[in-house]
Amino acid sequence: MADIAIAPRRAKTEIREATAWDQLKHNRNWVGFWFMVPALAFLIFFLAYPLGLGIWLSFTDTRIGRVGAFVGTENYEWLWDDAIFWLSVFNTLLYTFVASAIKFGIGLYLALLLNENMPFKAMLRALVLIPFIVPTVLSALAFWWIFDSQFSIISWSLKQMGLITENINFLGDTTWARICVIFANIWRGVPFVAITLLAGLQTVSPSLYEAAILDGATSWQRFRFITYPLLTPIIAVVMTFSVLFTFTDFQLIWAMTRGGPVNATHLMATLSYQRAIIAGQLGEGAAIASAMIPFLLAAIMVSWFGLQRRKWQQGENND
Amino acid sequence: MSSVQIRDVRKSFGNFEVLHGVSIPIEDGEFVVLVGPSGCGKSTLLRMLAGLENITSGTISIGDRVVNNVQPKERDIAMVFQNYALYPHMTVADNMGFSLKLRGASADEISNGVKRAAEILALTPLLERYPRQLSGGQRQRVAMGRAIVRDPQVFLFDEPLSNLDAKLRVAMRTEIKELHQRLKTTTVYVTHDQIEAMTMADKIVVMHDGIVEQMGTPLELYDTPANQFVAGFIGSPAMNFLKGQVKSNGSAGFEGPNGVKLPLASAPANSEGRPAVYGVRPEHFTIADDGAEAEIVVVEPTGSETQVFAKLGGEQVVAVFRERHQFNPGDKVRLKPDPALVHLFDEQTGKRLNA
Repeated sequence: MADIAIAPRRAKTEIREATAWDQLKHNRNWVGFWFMVPALAFLIFFLAYPLGLGIWLSFTDTRIGRVGAFVGTENYEWLWDDAIFWLSVFNTLLYTFVASAIKFGIGLYLALLLNENMPFKAMLRALVLIPFIVPTVLSALAFWWIFDSQFSIISWSLKQMGLITENINFLGDTTWARICVIFANIWRGVPFVAITLLAGLQTVSPSLYEAAILDGATSWQRFRFITYPLLTPIIAVVMTFSVLFTFTDFQLIWAMTRGGPVNATHLMATLSYQRAIIAGQLGEGAAIASAMIPFLLAAIMVSWFGLQRRKWQQGENND
Repeated sequence: MSSVQIRDVRKSFGNFEVLHGVSIPIEDGEFVVLVGPSGCGKSTLLRMLAGLENITSGTISIGDRVVNNVQPKERDIAMVFQNYALYPHMTVADNMGFSLKLRGASADEISNGVKRAAEILALTPLLERYPRQLSGGQRQRVAMGRAIVRDPQVFLFDEPLSNLDAKLRVAMRTEIKELHQRLKTTTVYVTHDQIEAMTMADKIVVMHDGIVEQMGTPLELYDTPANQFVAGFIGSPAMNFLKGQVKSNGSAGFEGPNGVKLPLASAPANSEGRPAVYGVRPEHFTIADDGAEAEIVVVEPTGSETQVFAKLGGEQVVAVFRERHQFNPGDKVRLKPDPALVHLFDEQTGKRLNA
């Protein structure tokens, strides 16, 4: 053996105990911690801190330009007796419930439709996404124009057809205004529901449908017994997000109606903005915003239980 | 139970024809295996039988009824899929009882039907499990159970054993055959594995490129393959093919590659000097002094037999011996095909020349 080939090139480093600094550099748990630091910092500064500050503000009488003092639950007591606040709660629940239900219905229908073989499938799928791509404020402005009291294309068309003689006051009438903002929200939210459910549908193996056809299932039974149960996990996710987005909606309303007429379309988010920023009552606005938290937590709890792995999803993969 | 008649069936996808007129008679209670390499159209044919694909032309009848335009669920057939297609959100019992439930059967009927099938397949302890909690073999049995519960006219199997490991495959093969012997339901079974075909079938249909190459009992196909394709497809290790010409000096004979002399029992009429392909199965070689000289390349003992790869006239051939010879690579041996068991094929068409 050639000794020269195995001769060490450097002197051996001295063996020593690992210092605390070495531990910080090399220990797996610490390395993991270092990787988490950026995300943690981001969450603390941009989510936890504003949330905490908002909740703190709701217990003070802060106004724009004046540092407030702690006033306990006074803001909440005020809100309890505030009819407009309760109207906004009612509006928000109505808006969320009606819009989400219809978005689910139309979204599921579109997803099932787009999952079929048909000409121009790729193009149609892309088209469905358009409302989702357009900036919210831009689409809100378009709707504002469509529902304008004088220049509405809908009123104009109906008049041309001789169905009505007077313009419909879409955004000036309380019922019409509610219908209009809900319509706009649905238009905007359907693509998200449709495309996500479509993705879910595509994970269902075609051979399951073939097996069901041979078992004698009609197309309704195939939906009822195969598609729907297999889609429930993804429905839970999609509808949670849809409900959260709808409940906290601000842009559409603010651009279309600013909460009017006579607060008929004021949601909690818009009312909070109006009180805090426009009127300068930061404490009160923060209290309205904080009042949304229990509702949102409730929605998350529902989805959390809905998202639990079902019994049939447990165990080894079937593929 | 009923017979199935497939008459001159063609199938095109667009302008591309994948089945070029296939006719297969299937008797009541028969176990028919469609076998062939991938892309030969066997699965398409099975799906047409099930009603999952349209029939471009020709007719398929089940019993006395032409089913070309009959809905799948009205055909009274049950199919076992390659990936089993078990409903993942239903228990084994619900999977098996699904067709009865859709038929509007009472709860008692469903549970009796499921119980009966579960007993046949030894699935009773698993009835409340979900497909994900089962092993591959158990899922396979549930898929069969789902078919049995229907009590159909015809069972269709689409490569049902491909997803199982080798040992389980052999066990399930026997189980399916036993099941057929018990239930005697007409069965059409698709596979690419000729061993499955040989071991299970009453009748094998060898398909290739959208046509039926040959139909017959397993041993008919093994003993008298109609053409070179069937000869090469059936049997393992595959038949050896040597190109050359018929050369009879007094007695019938064949001149293989590089002038190797090979024996023939009898030459076909007017075939002197005709180019042909000489086929001999590995198990039909013997070591004999008057054999052709070959040089051993590789020896593979499997215990019960020994596979020997050798160069014969420059071509590699494989021979199988049940007796234990002491061979080493490089050894020269004299291999002699059994003249009564050799096959002769036309060089161009691949058709069988000898009787």
